[in-house]
Amino acid sequence: MPAIQSPDTEEIHPDVALVARAKQGDTAAFEQLVRQYERQIFRVAQHITQNREDAEDITQDAFLKAYEKLEQFQGNSKFSTWLVRIAVNESLMRLRKRKTSKTVSMNEDVQTEDGSIPRDFAEWRPNPEQLYGQSELGDILRKTIQGLPPGFRTVFTLRDVENLSTEETAEALGLSVPAVKSRLLRARLQLRERLSRYFKQKNLEANS
Amino acid sequence: MTCTDFLSQLTDYFDGKVDPQLLAEVQAHIRECRHCEVVLDTTRQTIAIYRENEIYEFPADLRERLHAAIMKKCNSAR
Repeated sequence: MPAIQSPDTEEIHPDVALVARAKQGDTAAFEQLVRQYERQIFRVAQHITQNREDAEDITQDAFLKAYEKLEQFQGNSKFSTWLVRIAVNESLMRLRKRKTSKTVSMNEDVQTEDGSIPRDFAEWRPNPEQLYGQSELGDILRKTIQGLPPGFRTVFTLRDVENLSTEETAEALGLSVPAVKSRLLRARLQLRERLSRYFKQKNLEANS
Repeated sequence: MTCTDFLSQLTDYFDGKVDPQLLAEVQAHIRECRHCEVVLDTTRQTIAIYRENEIYEFPADLRERLHAAIMKKCNSAR
């Protein structure tokens, strides 16, 4: 880490100092990083595995791994992206173990039949939040994202739920930017199509 | 512009990154094609609804338990 920043360089992310302190053995600095990211890591793991117990284990393992490998973190990417990458790998490994006969990787399910061609052209009116109560809406959203192939679900989670940039998502998943964009498009369109069933149906009922 | 061409630009369109030369064509297609206009609107809603609704709870007791477990593991790994 350069001590002097030229005026035109980007502002240094506050994590950089925390990581540097943690590398020198400052546990409090590492604990602060844990506090900052435990919720995000848990959410990513739960979205990918769709299982709360697995997500708890993965969150613990991901932070432990990050702690043990902190020396290897070079700071070429954001600490949070590096951490997310560890959590994604742990999550996919967990899915692989669960489905012993089926492989699960970011390259899987790309060849599966294309469910992303739009077929439903009905509007969502009134909007879903007006149609459904919070808990019912939550059920629909969970059920719908569960139905996505894991590779698509993972891209959607990082890009649209966690708001990572396309480049950060690519880095966290070890994919190219075009590969992320293509999976993201298909994930979004498949989710839209599946959600349409609920939101359109209710719409029709409301209009009848 | 065909509907397929439009879909291939959808991700860049949301990111505001459509090539300026193509943008006018994309906008014209949205005005002319009712189906793609709906797909655009409902896809935008799909993204928004997942972004705005925390679909998995992370209650305080779980957070504390998880936090303690993480720090215990890390401390014993030193």
